[in-house]
Amino acid sequence: MRGSFLLFRIDGLSMLLILALTTFGWFTIYSTTLENDSSTALLDLGTYHGKQLFFGLCAVAAMLLLSFVDEHLIKRYSSVSYLVGIALLLGLFVFGRTIAGSTSWYDLGPLNFQPSELMKLLTALAMAKYLSDTGVSLKAGIHQFYAVLIIVVPVLLIVLQPDPGSALVYLALFLVLFREGLPLYYLAAVVFTLLAFSLTLIFGLSTMLISAALLFGLYFLLRPKKQRPPLYFDLLFPALQFAVIALTPWAFNSVFKQHHRDRFSLWLGLEKNAEKLLEIKQSIGYNTYQAEQAIASGRWWGKGYLQGTRTKGDFVPAQHTDYIFSSVGEEWGFVVSALVVLSFVGLLLRLIVLADRQKLAFHRIYGYGVISILFIHFTINIGMVLGMLPTIGIPLPFFSYGGSGLFFFILMCFIFLKMDANRHKTHFN
Amino acid sequence: MSRFLLSFSVILVGVLFIARLVNLQLFFKESTLAESDPAITKEFIYPERGFIYDRNNELLVSNQVAYDVIVIPSAVKELDTLAFLQLLDLDQELFEQRMKRAENYSRRLPSVIVSSLSKERYAVLQEKLRRFEGFFIRKKSLRSYHTAASANVLGYISEVNPTDMRSNAYYIAGENIGRTGIERQYEELLRGKKGVRYIQKDRFNREIGSYQDGVLDSLPTMGENLQITIDKTLQEYGELLMNGKRGGIVAIEPSTGEILSMISGPTYDPSLLVGRKRSKNYTELYYDSLARPTWDRSILAEPSPGSPFKALNALVALQEGIINPKTTVTCYDGFFVYGDKRGCHCGGGVRDLISGIHHSCNAFFAETFRSYYRNFESTAEAHDRWTAHMKSFGLGEFLGVDLPTGRPGRIPDTEYYDRAYGPNRWVSTYIISNAIGQGEVAATPLQLANMTAAIANRGFFYTPHLLRSVDGRPVVDLIPSFTQKRQTTIDPKHFEPVIEGMSKVYTEGTARYLQVKGITIAGKTGTVENFTRIDGKKTQLTDHSVFVAFAPVEDPKIAIAIYIENGYYGARYAGHIASLMIEKYLKGSISRTDLEARMLNKTLEHEYAKPYSGKPFQINEYAW
Repeated sequence: MRGSFLLFRIDGLSMLLILALTTFGWFTIYSTTLENDSSTALLDLGTYHGKQLFFGLCAVAAMLLLSFVDEHLIKRYSSVSYLVGIALLLGLFVFGRTIAGSTSWYDLGPLNFQPSELMKLLTALAMAKYLSDTGVSLKAGIHQFYAVLIIVVPVLLIVLQPDPGSALVYLALFLVLFREGLPLYYLAAVVFTLLAFSLTLIFGLSTMLISAALLFGLYFLLRPKKQRPPLYFDLLFPALQFAVIALTPWAFNSVFKQHHRDRFSLWLGLEKNAEKLLEIKQSIGYNTYQAEQAIASGRWWGKGYLQGTRTKGDFVPAQHTDYIFSSVGEEWGFVVSALVVLSFVGLLLRLIVLADRQKLAFHRIYGYGVISILFIHFTINIGMVLGMLPTIGIPLPFFSYGGSGLFFFILMCFIFLKMDANRHKTHFN
Repeated sequence: MSRFLLSFSVILVGVLFIARLVNLQLFFKESTLAESDPAITKEFIYPERGFIYDRNNELLVSNQVAYDVIVIPSAVKELDTLAFLQLLDLDQELFEQRMKRAENYSRRLPSVIVSSLSKERYAVLQEKLRRFEGFFIRKKSLRSYHTAASANVLGYISEVNPTDMRSNAYYIAGENIGRTGIERQYEELLRGKKGVRYIQKDRFNREIGSYQDGVLDSLPTMGENLQITIDKTLQEYGELLMNGKRGGIVAIEPSTGEILSMISGPTYDPSLLVGRKRSKNYTELYYDSLARPTWDRSILAEPSPGSPFKALNALVALQEGIINPKTTVTCYDGFFVYGDKRGCHCGGGVRDLISGIHHSCNAFFAETFRSYYRNFESTAEAHDRWTAHMKSFGLGEFLGVDLPTGRPGRIPDTEYYDRAYGPNRWVSTYIISNAIGQGEVAATPLQLANMTAAIANRGFFYTPHLLRSVDGRPVVDLIPSFTQKRQTTIDPKHFEPVIEGMSKVYTEGTARYLQVKGITIAGKTGTVENFTRIDGKKTQLTDHSVFVAFAPVEDPKIAIAIYIENGYYGARYAGHIASLMIEKYLKGSISRTDLEARMLNKTLEHEYAKPYSGKPFQINEYAW
């Protein structure tokens, strides 16, 4: 038996990576928000780094508290807390504070609280609880419906704030559903829909219709005899794809706004006119353009901590929040940037290992919930900063400035790590 | 979905991100130097241009502050054009034209709208300009002249043009560069070294401090102060004497080769080429194609030297043993070439070397010249030797003076005559005009002055130069060649009879009315025939007046050459001016005020107008 203290049983590698990323993130926030006259006091709540440190300490305190709370209690109260979370989201429409057009915050004196961050944790827990119920099977349509509902309710409430970036994160929980047995062809349908949309924009309507007809023809000839999807799917899916392809030009030109179109133009390289492309890059793609330039200027070893000229010049907007990785690229260079990427990959892989060794379904499913949320944040954030994905404003876990975000990311992980640490305990249910 | 699919996705995303980082950070083609970083602005700090002093440490050129009104087009908002134009005293059309040019150049970088405001206007503007967004005042430095003379020596500075910037990476738009004279010759000493400051900017282009705490910054090094060899008093006096006359004066200190004066007439006040009126004034000067005030006659005019050249021919004949001081020639008021009589003004009779010089006897030198060529097997051999002797006096070649322009003059060599007549198809009588300094030989006033200095030194000279010291370091440390003796091919002993003859020019010869009490002067007059074409017809104009002299004879302090276009005989204008210049330099004041008044007042404009009058005209008029 390992040590009886939780600290000795908890997974060291994961904790270490989380701690390292958070610490590095804090130093980067310090660099990106440093102004000549700003206070260097560590816990000054008037500064970004001060607030971030405060929330970090809060997270430590919360972890200490949580270490005395049994996982059963967490499971037992997860449904209730989910409903409390929904109530908090609804409450925003009455008491919320609007920042930059989104009513996503509660004003708590010097600090702001963003319930959508808490809701990620609560949704993951609620979903884990629902799916871990014996008798719930994702093969059954009604159960599929409820599982999806758990995800979709907060998504809708958050979209209405409006904060589509955060809402997108909840869709990551679908990965958990697939992991838990939701048929993969749903995922295939989603992936193909996105693919069909993008490819139609690139290659045009007629090419895509002909290609799709050929592909589906081939599919019907060669489709597998075993494990084949139900026939209604086989018919609905091609119909859906043809509809997507056919409607894409109309949707792109009529439903989308110009700034949406520009984002896609930029991302998919649709604009062939060099001058217009540069114009788009410098207007709608300004963030991405500046972030790319800043990162590129870092080269192998970067310009040195606090020496990033573009970081200091505040050239990259939101560089202490969503675009924080650009500052890492500029000041620390390729080696450290790659190390940060590897740290995230390492943490995710380690969490997958941990999730798979859980004996209890609730713990495993929750673990996958955590993994999915971290994964989508990591992918979309760095993909956006590196100019590989269109601009979608969501923070980089542990790194980006944002108290609620940091607090709940740490807590979310800690809850799972605590489950893992206690996996050998005998559970009475 | 298997756990492997999820793990695989995580790894795939990681690999894609790192590949993208490699692409961006290791292969992205953008330069990472501070120059290309929009967050870093490089700003130059300009040093003050070096001052120029004369040989007695009198300040000639310093700097003054001036103000430009500049515009940053992107910052201009809701301009009240009418009020603005009134404030600047600017023409609407001109203003729009300049704004358009500024916009075309850059919307974010400053362009000049009004250049070189006066201090008074600046005082008014400073208060009111803040009402006009996008317009600013920029301080700049202009030259300030403490003399109205020496424009041809000092030269001027002006803004660099695209060609300058292409050929020399040091310069960027808006900087000044020396264009002519000392300003150009010693540009690198005078300009100093500009300092640089790297400024960290934010995305609104606001300064937020110095980049990397200034480790890359450098301080400007001030331009070096030059002392030139010009004597301000003498230079100014010479320019006064040149009133209404065209020509050149060069005075050299024989013992050093330092140029005491270098005057070109007509000239202009160097202050004309400074500030707002610069462009207008320059155009006026440049397009005066008759008087050509920007053409430095002291180093660019190449007239035939005339009779002063006789002194050199005498030296060559002495050196080659053709004559001795006692050799005589009879002058029949002229001499004969193939039965054709060429005139002489010496009065006729038996002439020896000394009287031949001070009476400027053409016959004596023509005969000596012929004897010289007879002494050799072939004309070519004789002429080669003659050419070598002449060139050893710095004639026919660039002297190496420290000015960016100059002319080599001409000593026609064997090849020159071979081309004209064919090899072995010419003899001494073809080229006999060279005996008396007419014909094909040509020399700049600078070369004549240098030749005189070589005679004064009895056989050597120093490269004539204008730089005396740089911030207290003497020229010998900077350009050692300026202090190296250049020996002529003539033995020192042969100079004495020639100098005796030149002294007698003043005591009993062609310049006997121009003596200066208490100073022994050796000189030689020259009266140079010259021709021009009027409506395609070769027409003779009034002779050029040429004079060379040095003084005192025993210990020469000044050697001077004067060339006055169409001034008639040598003793008239050139002789007068030489006499006054020598007295001014050696005594500091003028005793013969009548002579001085005559030179200050008399002009030759009527003479210069003759060829353009369209009417027949008299040349070499006796009355003046």
